[in-house]
Amino acid sequence: MALERRGASIDIVSVDKQYGIGPNAVIALDHIDLRIESGEFLCLLGPSGCGKSTLLRILANLDHQTGGEIGVDAAGWDVENAMVFQDSGLFPWMDVETNVRFGLDTRGVPREEARKRVDEALTLVGLTRFRKHYPHQLSGGMRQRGAIARAFVTNPGMLLMDEPFAALDAQNRTILQAELVRMWEQTGKTVIYVTHSIEEALLLGTRIVVMTAQPGRIKTIINVPFTHPRDVVTLQAEPEFGKLKLDIWRVLEDEVNRARAEMAL
Amino acid sequence: MTIASTTGPTTKSTVKTRAARPVVEVKKSMFSPKARERLLYFISPLGLLLVWQLLLMAGFGDRRFIPTPSDIAVKYWEELTVGMLPIHTAATLYRAITGFLLGAIPGVAMGLLMAMFKPVRIFFDPLIAALFPIPKVALMPLLLLALGFGDASKIALVAIGVFFPVIVNTYAGASNIEKIYWDVARNYGASQSMLFRRIIFFGALPMIFAGLRIALAVSFIILVASEFVASKTGIGYLIWSSWELLQVDVMFVGIVTIGFIGLIASALFQELERICVPWKANQ
Repeated sequence: MALERRGASIDIVSVDKQYGIGPNAVIALDHIDLRIESGEFLCLLGPSGCGKSTLLRILANLDHQTGGEIGVDAAGWDVENAMVFQDSGLFPWMDVETNVRFGLDTRGVPREEARKRVDEALTLVGLTRFRKHYPHQLSGGMRQRGAIARAFVTNPGMLLMDEPFAALDAQNRTILQAELVRMWEQTGKTVIYVTHSIEEALLLGTRIVVMTAQPGRIKTIINVPFTHPRDVVTLQAEPEFGKLKLDIWRVLEDEVNRARAEMAL
Repeated sequence: MTIASTTGPTTKSTVKTRAARPVVEVKKSMFSPKARERLLYFISPLGLLLVWQLLLMAGFGDRRFIPTPSDIAVKYWEELTVGMLPIHTAATLYRAITGFLLGAIPGVAMGLLMAMFKPVRIFFDPLIAALFPIPKVALMPLLLLALGFGDASKIALVAIGVFFPVIVNTYAGASNIEKIYWDVARNYGASQSMLFRRIIFFGALPMIFAGLRIALAVSFIILVASEFVASKTGIGYLIWSSWELLQVDVMFVGIVTIGFIGLIASALFQELERICVPWKANQ
C-alpha cells in the first residue's frame, strides 16, 4: 500500500493536565507520552471523562497542559491544526460558503485564492449545491460535512476531530465515516480523532490509543491491521473485526466499570 | 350496595370508524401566504374600530365625549390639511428618531464591549444596575434645567430611555453566545476585531433586536409624556392642549397618530429583522 503520508507529526512528552490545586485537584491527564507520525489516523478511545477531549483541546491550543511538552512539526502547512467539533459549530449567521471561508478570512487569504480553495473544499465534501444555505436549513450530516470542509480548506497540518459523528443517526454516521476515510485516503492528512465507539475507532483509525478514566492515562495502543482503501461497510462483517472489537472491549470494560464505581462513591 | 363499573366497555364493543380525509385541491388565493400574513396584521386594529363605531351609532355612550372613529377620521383629515398635525407629527418623529439613534448606537456598541472585555463589564455593571430602574420621566426636570425647553431635552430623554434596554439586551445576547462558537473562532485564528465584527455582533443580533423593540415602545411613552409638560410642538403637546380645551376629538387625533406611528415603526422593524436576521426569522 503506497499512500503518500502528508501531515504534521506530533511529540507529546509526559503531558499532565490538572484542574484546581490541593486535595480537590482533579488530574485529567497523567503523564501522557505519545508520538504521532505524519499521516497517521489516530483514534483516542476511552470512557467519558478519560481526558481524551482535554488532550485534543490542548493540541488545538484551546487549553494548556499543566506539565510536559508538546512538539509539533507542521512545517509546510498553512496552519498547524483545524478542529471539527461534535456539534458542527457552524456559525448560524453565515451561509455554508462563508462558514467554510472563515478560517481563510481570519488569515487574510486573498479573495480570489480563497474562492478557489472554498470551491475545492465544498466539492470534496459534496456541498457545492448548498453553498448559499444557512446551517439551520441543513441536516445534521450536511452540517458536519460543512464543518469538515471548513477544516480542510485551511490546509492544516493535522485535523482534530472531537466525536464529530456522535450526534448523527446510524445511517448518516456510516456514510460520513466512509467519506472521511475516502478523504483521508486522498489527502493522507494527520488525523487525531476522539471517540468512545470501539467500532468507529476500528473502522477509521490506523492506530488506537485506549485511555483510562481519571486520571487519564494511556492504557494500551493498538495497531489496526486493516489496509487501505477501506470499505467501512464490509469491514464490519469481517471476523477479524469482531475479534478485535471484543479484545478492545475487554480492555475497556475494566475502565468503564472502574469509572462507574467511582461515580457511585 | 352494588358496585357500579365506571371503567371499561360494559356492553358490546362499539367500533368507531375513522373516515379518510381525501386531499382537496386548495383554491388558489389571490394573495401569497406572506401577503396574507401581513394583511392579517392590520385586521385586528380595523376590527376594533368597527366595533367602536357600531356601538356608538347604536347609542351606547355620549358622542360628545367619545367620538366615533368616523368623527375622528373627519377631524383627522381636517387637522392634517388645514391644522397643525403635520408640524406636530414631524416634531415628534424628529425627536423620536434622533433620540432612538443616539441611544441605540452607543447601547449596542457598549453592550458588545461589555461582553468582550471584563474590565468594561465590571466598570459599567453597577452603573447600569443603579440607573436602569429609575423611571426615565423622572429625569425630565433635570434635563429641562440642563438643556432647556427645546428639542434637545426631549431627544436626550428618549436617548437615555432607549440606551438601557438596548445595552442590557445586547450584553445578554453577546454573553450568551454558545461556547463552541468562541472555540471555533479561536481555533480558526480570529483576531479581536474579527471576533467582534463576525461573531459577537451577529451572535447578539437576535437579542439586539429584542432590545430595540422594547426601546421603541419605551421611547414613545417617554416622548409623549415629556411633550405633555415641556413643549409647544409634538403629538404629546397636541393631546395635552386639546384636553385643556376639552376638544375630545383632537385628543383622539393625537392618540391615533401615535398609534399609527407605532404600528408603522413596528412593521418596519419586523421587516428589518427579516432582512438582518435571516437565520432566525425564516424558521
